Amino acid sequence: MTHIPRIRLIPAALAFAMALGTGLASAQTLRFGLAEDPDILDPTLARTFVGRIVFAALCDKIFDIDEKLNIVPQLAESYQWSADGKALTIKARPGVTFHDGEKFDAAAIKYNIERHKTMAGSNRRGELSLVSSVDVVDPMTARLNLSQPFSPLLAQLADRAGMMVSPKAAQAAGDKFGAHPVCSGPFKFVERVAQDRIVLERYPNYWNKGAIHFDRVVYLPILDTTVRLANLKSGQLDFIERLAASDAAAVAADSRLKLSKITEIGYQGITLNVGKSDLAKTTAIGKDPRVREAFELALDREGIVQVVMEGQATVGNQWVAPDNPFYAKNVPVPKRDVAKAKALLAAAGMPNPSVELMTATTADAQKIAQVVQAMTKEAGFDVKIRSTEFATSLNLADKGEFDAYILAWSGRADPDGNIYSFDACKQPLNYAGYCKPEVDKLLNDSRTTSDVAARRKAYEQVAAIVLVDRPIVYLYHRHWLWAYTNKLSGLRTVPDGLVRLQGLKFN
Amino acid sequence: MSAYLARRVGTILPTLLFVTILIFGLQQLLPGDPAVVLAGEERDPNVVAYLHKKMHLDEPLPVRYLYWLGGVLTGDLGESLRMQKPVTALIAEKLPVTLELALIAIVIALSIGIPAGIVSAIYKDRWPDYVANAVALWGLSTPNFWLGIMMILFFSVRLGWLPASGYVSPFEDLSANLAAMIMPAFVLGNAIAAVLMRHTRSAMLQVMSSDYVRTARAKGLSERVVVLKHALRNALTPVVTLGALELGTLLSGAVLTEQVFTIPGFGKLIVDAVFNRDYAVVQGVVLFTATAYILLNLVADLAYFLVNPRLRG
Repeated sequence: MTHIPRIRLIPAALAFAMALGTGLASAQTLRFGLAEDPDILDPTLARTFVGRIVFAALCDKIFDIDEKLNIVPQLAESYQWSADGKALTIKARPGVTFHDGEKFDAAAIKYNIERHKTMAGSNRRGELSLVSSVDVVDPMTARLNLSQPFSPLLAQLADRAGMMVSPKAAQAAGDKFGAHPVCSGPFKFVERVAQDRIVLERYPNYWNKGAIHFDRVVYLPILDTTVRLANLKSGQLDFIERLAASDAAAVAADSRLKLSKITEIGYQGITLNVGKSDLAKTTAIGKDPRVREAFELALDREGIVQVVMEGQATVGNQWVAPDNPFYAKNVPVPKRDVAKAKALLAAAGMPNPSVELMTATTADAQKIAQVVQAMTKEAGFDVKIRSTEFATSLNLADKGEFDAYILAWSGRADPDGNIYSFDACKQPLNYAGYCKPEVDKLLNDSRTTSDVAARRKAYEQVAAIVLVDRPIVYLYHRHWLWAYTNKLSGLRTVPDGLVRLQGLKFN
Repeated sequence: MSAYLARRVGTILPTLLFVTILIFGLQQLLPGDPAVVLAGEERDPNVVAYLHKKMHLDEPLPVRYLYWLGGVLTGDLGESLRMQKPVTALIAEKLPVTLELALIAIVIALSIGIPAGIVSAIYKDRWPDYVANAVALWGLSTPNFWLGIMMILFFSVRLGWLPASGYVSPFEDLSANLAAMIMPAFVLGNAIAAVLMRHTRSAMLQVMSSDYVRTARAKGLSERVVVLKHALRNALTPVVTLGALELGTLLSGAVLTEQVFTIPGFGKLIVDAVFNRDYAVVQGVVLFTATAYILLNLVADLAYFLVNPRLRG
């Protein structure tokens, strides 16, 4: 490539443009634009959200979740909880093979759960910490024994902890498995060029092959939202995830494109330091619950959603969105009430409390900070914004060196995954430093039963306490926005933000 | 000769050692715990502890430095924790991409900058000069990323002539490769073309007023021969030197351009690594770049030494 005849550039460009219209845009290849470059493609070690989008095509899981957040069997044919809730028996789906031809069976389930639990650097160990052992009951039946009942286990097995890799390939590759993953999903791994593309091709022996309509999928990480959309518009991509909220209207108006959306299972919120460090005893917002209530009452969530998200979010006041089956209806979203906020501050003897609001340097977080600053000022708050690079902000949060901190959570299918680590005593993500034995008890109660009504009741009781103590002021739940060519149809919008390729096809 | 060579090499080793200390030390100034960034959203304490151990983050700074230096001396720059690939393999994979981009960019810069400079010098204070100057000013003052996005919107989205971003290896498909490279290379070459144009113009003006050009004209040579054969050749020497120097600018400019056009090159490698706190990659890439500069300097010095007899005395 040392000599580039300039004269060839223009014909080359034209040839490429023409190729776009024919070969590359062939109906058999789906070109998918990702918002980030995934990390390692090993379900045990993987840590990023974006990696899960690729896994949705590559690695099937024991369970999956549907559009309504119901747990549905995927690699399991059926399952059964024991009466005491301490054993989960899973019947493996017959006729499933891994991409290397190996058979999926109970021994594979045992191998995978144990790999998740024991592999050095496993990110799944915490998710499966209550699974004490796995028994192979018969060749197609595995039993997971738990040290105590844990109903969110099904949701864990509907995510990376439930992804099954080929035991033979995993044993051979060791910790390099992620460089060439072998799973049992609809597509198998072909190649990956770091920061450029991940290429998968259809696995002909997929157990559910009737639902698959592409020969190839190419995932291309394109970090800039404008450029990602430009690629879709110019026909170089067929599908993009995480469209910018500000582009949603333009995409909806473009007849060549389609827009789909659904409210996320995660949330955007402001974590308040109520006990993470001694600092909480000295700050207005840390020591007096009335100040925290006033802070929340000063916020107009609708206004925040309009300004920050251009309306592409659902307002909320809890760790799950209002349309979630586990939303506690006894604590609805409070209306803005500046007069009451002022009265509370006066009663607390602090009419003008100052609050340092820490925010990462991302665009959304910065906008939230500015809107919150302006809104709370009307109630008398003096909010100072402290923009901090993300990694540093996490360190400061962990040390409790903050008053308030804008932090989002991508969410988990089971409500437990959205609250336990944040509100139970001494949990790693409990940046607020919140700790109340009765909340811990309720949260643990909700984990030990799989009865939905009983769990809902426990969460209503949790809501009645934590939404008054306010370790986190929840603001809204973003919409997942997907834009794609109008030639595609059959997209299922699942609130976890992952795109399942089953059913998706070119018209 | 051998004494000079020994002296030069003798200064290089301490310089490189100092560079390694600097790279390693500066890296430690990056705020935030890299293990926490790499551990993902859950930030599982077990995983953080595991990463600390794997990256030797629990050891004192000098010990960590020695671990790294030991690897460097044996040609092992470590492994990217995010991509789980050796840093040397990543460099070998990304460098040719950026070199190709830089090369096309410099070709574009030279082929725009030099003719524009000549025209502007010949037509000094007339309209072609004004136009060339205006264009050069625009080229200098247009930010790379903005021009990049505008070109994408126009040539890819509006006209659909060129791919909006991405990269195809030339060995896979040469025309697709060039189609993907031309916009980023133009963006990158654009600012340099402006610099080259300004320098060519002033060098030409100086040469055109010199005695030998007047002599050439007096001989009755045609203006074309005077300009292209006599004046340009002399005016071009400093310009070409400048073009070579601008190659460094190109490499740093590639950082932004590669981000906009999603070209998986050297610039994108280091930017993503900084954001992901992928220490081994940042250290490896910076060390590689610094070493390349030092070695190129050495080669230049030696070449100078060979052609300049006075130094040999």
